[in-house]
Amino acid sequence: MTGIEQQVTQPYKYGFITDIEADSLPPGLNEDVVRWISAKKEEPEWMTEWRLKAYRHWVTMTEPNWANVKFEPVDYQSIVYFAAPKRPEDGPQSLDEVDPELLKTFEKLGIPISEQKILSGVAVDAVFDSVSVATTYKDTLAKEGVIFCSFSEAVKEHPDLVRKYLGSVVPTTDNFYAALNSAVFSDGSFCFVPRGVRCPMELSTYFRINAANTGQFERTLIVAEEGASVSYLEGCSAPMRDENQLHAAVVELVALDDAKIKYSTVQNWYPGDENGVGGIYNFVTKRGKCSGRNSKISWTQVETGSAITWKYPSCILQGDNSVGEFYSVAVTNNRQQADTGTKMIHIGKNTSSTIVSKGISAGKSHNTYRGEVKILKGADGARNYSQCDSMLIGDRCGAHTFPYIDVRNSSAIMEHEASTSKIGEDQIFYCQQRGLSAEDAVSMIVNGFCKEVFKELPMEFAVEAQKLLGITLEGSVG
Amino acid sequence: MSQTAAERFLEQYRTFESNGAGQSPEWIKKLRADAVRRFEETGFPTTRDEEWRFTSVKPIFEKEFALTGQPDREFDDNFIDPNAFRVAVINGKFSSENSVLEGLPEGVTVMSLAHASASHPDLVSRYLGKQAATGGNAFSSLSSAFLRDGVFVHVAAGVEVGKPIEILFAAVEEGVVEHPRVLVVAEPNARLQLVENFVGDEGSRYLRNCVSEIFVEEGAGVELCRLQRESKSAYHTATTHVKQERSSKFDATLVVLGSLIARHDLTYVLDGEGAEGTLRGLYLLDGKQHVDHNTVIDHAMPNCQSKEFLNGVLDGESHAVFTGRIVVREDAQKTDSKQSNNNVLLSESARVDSQPQLEIYADDVRCTHGATLGPLNEDSVLYLRTRGISEVEARRMLTYGFGVEIIDAIGIDGVRESLNQMVRDRLLVEV
Repeated sequence: MTGIEQQVTQPYKYGFITDIEADSLPPGLNEDVVRWISAKKEEPEWMTEWRLKAYRHWVTMTEPNWANVKFEPVDYQSIVYFAAPKRPEDGPQSLDEVDPELLKTFEKLGIPISEQKILSGVAVDAVFDSVSVATTYKDTLAKEGVIFCSFSEAVKEHPDLVRKYLGSVVPTTDNFYAALNSAVFSDGSFCFVPRGVRCPMELSTYFRINAANTGQFERTLIVAEEGASVSYLEGCSAPMRDENQLHAAVVELVALDDAKIKYSTVQNWYPGDENGVGGIYNFVTKRGKCSGRNSKISWTQVETGSAITWKYPSCILQGDNSVGEFYSVAVTNNRQQADTGTKMIHIGKNTSSTIVSKGISAGKSHNTYRGEVKILKGADGARNYSQCDSMLIGDRCGAHTFPYIDVRNSSAIMEHEASTSKIGEDQIFYCQQRGLSAEDAVSMIVNGFCKEVFKELPMEFAVEAQKLLGITLEGSVG
Repeated sequence: MSQTAAERFLEQYRTFESNGAGQSPEWIKKLRADAVRRFEETGFPTTRDEEWRFTSVKPIFEKEFALTGQPDREFDDNFIDPNAFRVAVINGKFSSENSVLEGLPEGVTVMSLAHASASHPDLVSRYLGKQAATGGNAFSSLSSAFLRDGVFVHVAAGVEVGKPIEILFAAVEEGVVEHPRVLVVAEPNARLQLVENFVGDEGSRYLRNCVSEIFVEEGAGVELCRLQRESKSAYHTATTHVKQERSSKFDATLVVLGSLIARHDLTYVLDGEGAEGTLRGLYLLDGKQHVDHNTVIDHAMPNCQSKEFLNGVLDGESHAVFTGRIVVREDAQKTDSKQSNNNVLLSESARVDSQPQLEIYADDVRCTHGATLGPLNEDSVLYLRTRGISEVEARRMLTYGFGVEIIDAIGIDGVRESLNQMVRDRLLVEV
């Protein structure tokens, strides 16, 4: 199947480097670097202290080694911890002032930041090498009382809100990467939806890692007050680099009574070449807390990129009747390794969670689902349904499923199902018999396999996700 | 505490080695020395070890265990199968006066492992410790370090044993640790049914640390039924290794009723094309019982099949742990593997940790696993109540049905009937 091999081996489409002078620190990390970052961002004293506390704890921690991934250890002293695109004065006031090179980059990525895209109704807080350079559509949001801004702006403008919620879901001591992020995070997004407000549009951020050897450490915090609802989209793509780049982000979601948060991710970072050289290390901590009654947090992710993925978007179901959802498609090819899944922690009564995970591995990649469902003693009537399906394409890849199920309440009902198989020859044959090419047949079957997850994605993401899946996999079966 | 549990065992080993154990042949001494070295390196596991996250061995070692009990211990006839050949193991030793082995067909050897090591050294050394040496845990290393006696079962090529062979592991004395060992070899195309029956005196506290190695050669068929009825104050740690060659069949049923803390590591290696392995298990727990099953089914060759079904019924403050790993090696194409772990929780304080795991390196496979946990299905209870059955009765019937699903598949008639009665007594009365 040479046509198929061509498809699989085509180079990374989004690999290009924008040449902008960066205002960077020398590589390395110590307390001074943490203070420097904090000072650079003109942060108040409590924020600096918070970072230092995280740093001091990080120094005492060791990297987690339980994940089913293998990689060269990261040298944390050779990473540049801050790189801001060099801007005169205080940064751009409007889109016109934004560096045209930057805008071109966004355009190549298809980010809806231009006028035309704004009209399509998406407000964007684009993160480019750690500093937000443009925030659009703020006015419409402001009218509803929705705060959507860069994290550094939030620290300045809304310190009380940030102080109240920052670290309330992912404490600085949570894990190695979260502690590192807490110490050195450079920027990110902050979103606050006040009581009773349904956010009028889908919010979106686009992350890109640009300068070589810069780790990117974003921090995202989304708070939905009583009865509020918001849908947030996150997309990721990085230019081609030969050295591995570290990405350790933290995302925190807080949903109060009757609030709803939907968080969708399409992750398409550079996965390294076919020999496993280069690529992003994606070590991310994402967690949502349903702290109010009847609240709901839903994670949807499509993971096609990164050399190593270590990511477990989780839900703490604390409020009674709260709902957690996790829908995931993870695709690995060549020598990619992914260890991803979720944690559902049932604390409140009548809480329910749904996990649907679809893993597809091809080439020499390894794809692991690792998920935990924990039903605590007080969680009467808790309900969980988990389904993890894996599909193998090629005989040199691996698909692994490691669910952890811990139930301490007898009224809870918990079901877990998993299956692993390859695309049936009979299925391909059936399609071919109806005049489809083998490639189209595979694409159709894989899309059908992932359908349950794709239908959870917002429209524009669903289209991108299917496209990405096509690029990564189309016809890799022969 | 001045001396850790591991140090106590090491000291016990030195005493054991310098005393009577020294009469063993050289190769056994080497096997013991290697094992004690492995144990020295690892020590006892803690809950920080991934494989032991939910099972703490600390309570087991709060008190010391003596290595040997009274030599003239009374023997209670607790055999479960009325029709089987009988082997009694008392104080970890093969007791020929309490065994009934008349009429064993030609080609079937059932004898003391210590005697077999002396009389058939070539045969025994070819198998003994070969599986346990690699991939075992601290307890299986200890078993090899204190290896003294046990049971050796050998069935020659093409021989069918005809009747089941039941090994009764008699009650252990209070405060004693016992390391009984079983070695089973079924040569090509042999047929064997085996029962391992562990009993204990209620209320007595002891540690039984057993290792069984089972070799199922080409085309052979072995059925194992393992019944654990230890005292509910006792500790039971066990390792079962099964190695299957081409086109062999191995079928095991585990039934766990006893022990305070039990941990059973069970490994199947499907090492020849067309091998079929089945594992069924049932644990009925109450009080403060803690039972941990750690199973690995290793598909090393193509075209093999495995099925694994474990059911649990938990009452009181009992805690069940299940870690079931299915590994499909590279090139083990056409593997067909199923696994399920279903649990019914009857009380508020019961707890289950279930970790079914798939580790797959080949693409042309069908592997599924599933786990369920929960109370009895209320729809089923309602269905029975609409038929005029009381709620209590309905719950009993459903729980019994859930347990007996596993028992009914046992192919050894005598054992199946007795176990059915035991499960009935337990579940139809207690619910």
